[in-house]
Amino acid sequence: MKSIGRIRALVRKEFQSLLSTKSGRLLLVMPVILQTALFPFAATLEVSNASLAVFNEDRGRASVEMMQRFVASGAFTRVLPVWGPEQMEDAIGTRGALLAVHIPADFSRKLATGESSPVQVILDGRRSNSSQIASGYLQSVLDDYLKDRAEASGRVLPSEVIVRNWFVPNLEYTHFILPSLVAIITTIGALIVTALSVAREREQGTFEQLLVSPLSPEMIMIGKAVPAVAVGFFQATLILFATVFIYGVSFQGNLALLYGGMFFYSLALVGVGLFISSISKTQQQAFLGAFVFMVPAILLSGYTAPVENMPPWLQHLTWINPVRHFVEVVKGVFLKDASLGRVFALVWPLMVISTVTLSFAALMFRRKSA
Amino acid sequence: MKWLSWRRLRALCWKETLQIFRDPSSILIAFFMPLLMLFIFGYGINLDFSRMRIGLRVEDSGAEAVAFAAALTGSPWLEVRSYDSRAALERALVDSQIRGFVVIPQDFSRKIQQQDSTAPIQVVADGSEPNIAQFVKSTVTGVWRTWRQQRAEDRGEKPHREIMLEPRVWFNSSAESRNFIIPGSITVIMTVIGALLSSLVVAREWERGTMEALLASPVTRTELLLCKILPYYGLGMVSLLLCVAVAHWGLKVPFRGTFTALWLVGSLFLLSVLGIGLAISTGMRNQFNAAQAALNAAFLPAVMLSGFIYEISSMPVFLRGVTHVIPARYFVTSMQTIFQVGSAWKLLLPDILLLCSTAVLFIGLTAKLTRRRME
Repeated sequence: MKSIGRIRALVRKEFQSLLSTKSGRLLLVMPVILQTALFPFAATLEVSNASLAVFNEDRGRASVEMMQRFVASGAFTRVLPVWGPEQMEDAIGTRGALLAVHIPADFSRKLATGESSPVQVILDGRRSNSSQIASGYLQSVLDDYLKDRAEASGRVLPSEVIVRNWFVPNLEYTHFILPSLVAIITTIGALIVTALSVAREREQGTFEQLLVSPLSPEMIMIGKAVPAVAVGFFQATLILFATVFIYGVSFQGNLALLYGGMFFYSLALVGVGLFISSISKTQQQAFLGAFVFMVPAILLSGYTAPVENMPPWLQHLTWINPVRHFVEVVKGVFLKDASLGRVFALVWPLMVISTVTLSFAALMFRRKSA
Repeated sequence: MKWLSWRRLRALCWKETLQIFRDPSSILIAFFMPLLMLFIFGYGINLDFSRMRIGLRVEDSGAEAVAFAAALTGSPWLEVRSYDSRAALERALVDSQIRGFVVIPQDFSRKIQQQDSTAPIQVVADGSEPNIAQFVKSTVTGVWRTWRQQRAEDRGEKPHREIMLEPRVWFNSSAESRNFIIPGSITVIMTVIGALLSSLVVAREWERGTMEALLASPVTRTELLLCKILPYYGLGMVSLLLCVAVAHWGLKVPFRGTFTALWLVGSLFLLSVLGIGLAISTGMRNQFNAAQAALNAAFLPAVMLSGFIYEISSMPVFLRGVTHVIPARYFVTSMQTIFQVGSAWKLLLPDILLLCSTAVLFIGLTAKLTRRRME
């Protein structure tokens, strides 16, 4: 019983050092608000407001109709008419247009006689990802157009492909980003709080005082872990609220499963943070150490680019990355109503990671105090 | 009092350099981190989809259905797994084992033969991953289009009246995302060295009380500023060269520019981010807060708002406005130009001028904050 009282006192002290200054309090809330307000708009791989250069040599109705449909699709807000190959080159070269479409002079004639009619699409390779996405938009607009033409002429197509998107039918990018942000912003908060707390005490010389106090190394670890987990939960809850009530992304799954997953995730982070803390002498070392862990972990979490696109050996390596598992937990529970079994399949690696890192940190702590 | 004494400046710079080299964490950031980041951006951040895993359920045993299933399985872009019920497909999709699935319904072969009916192919994509869903859609429709064309030819039918889009890529003809991501990622690395590392240095002096000692000495404001800038500038430039060398020789990204252009653009950008880092550090006086602030004011914008992964033109108007004060934005475009186009001064000049102004802006801000602190 006595030890619980001691831990409680330590936890209170930790909270005080976190929240006592105004800038400290501000830094726990402001970044979260800023990031939740900005990133859903910034971190999008969706293409909008793009410009399309059109070099139309054809006079027929079909080419005009096709162009009108391209414009109506909404991905291109500006259409740049060009009159010659040089102008087309210029439009792409100076980044005036993301895509250029070249319709040859015999387009409508070929189409009328039933020949296949080619249309050239030029993509800016310096922005290969955006231009490929945009040319995908063109293709699907064209598919719809061809289908409508067939129907208008009373022909029945032998087969067709009907595509539906589950979970997020309109493929809104914010629905993908916000749940991932829950995982990412929590990472930054919880990790830095743990990594720096021990290092700060060591730099200021108060860590020795803690060690000579009746607290055991394990109790010190718990005392350091509780505020970090609390910060993680607090920040995550803040983003959850914003996601559901401000951005209007509907929460599909079980809240308890999400928070359960979050608990083990925070533990894994605390383990990593304390481990970094225990091997660094100064706050600078601890912060940079946390940073060197955090950036690769976030970048390789599947948030920026899908894990499937990585080479196989790297895909296996990402198993030790706690962020990767938790991003999946949040997205799964949030958007897909993931089952307990699925969440557990993602959480047990987190349990393994936290056990390993926490025991390492405990070992380092004990050696320091011995 | 003279505002600048070379002897004092040399001594101060020497002290700062020693401090950098005696701390393993700054070496970690300046030399290990760039290699790690290039490695991550070179292998981990790949926006080019290679093989997507999808599920397949063929409910029809007719020849047409089997032929289409074979076309899907044969696609180099898809890794097709067969499932024996729709329920199994749905479970696999929820569990993210597959990114989408295709169902060929029971009467597919019969309907496709009849003149008056259309045989549907059902495709379901995982909408929680918008880009992957788009890829699944375009790949499956692509396979279907080719298969339909082939089928019409085999049956001696006249092919459908079709409009064919013929995509052609200019500038980066293989359209590899790494060729523009790696030059862009150097921006992130330089921001880490310039802003993150430097944000800690002045705050540390205040926290440990050595700043008071420095201020009590005859050191002038210019000397104080220069002794914090010069050693980190040197460190950053060495690191920039390391990055470009590894990107070019290690990761085989074509480099078409000149050393002069690289040096000029790199210096201006480095001075801008050093300005941000030192301004934060001078304003905060506390390492924990300075580190957090640098993370949010310099590092995250360099990743999110610089346009190296996320297209700036797709952002809403107010965010596009914000990107104009972010030096990383200008560094990303000029690095991409230097790597992929060459030292095209006409393209580089606007970015160079803007980088000049951000450098002046942020270093000026630091100077102003330093004066206030000293009084």
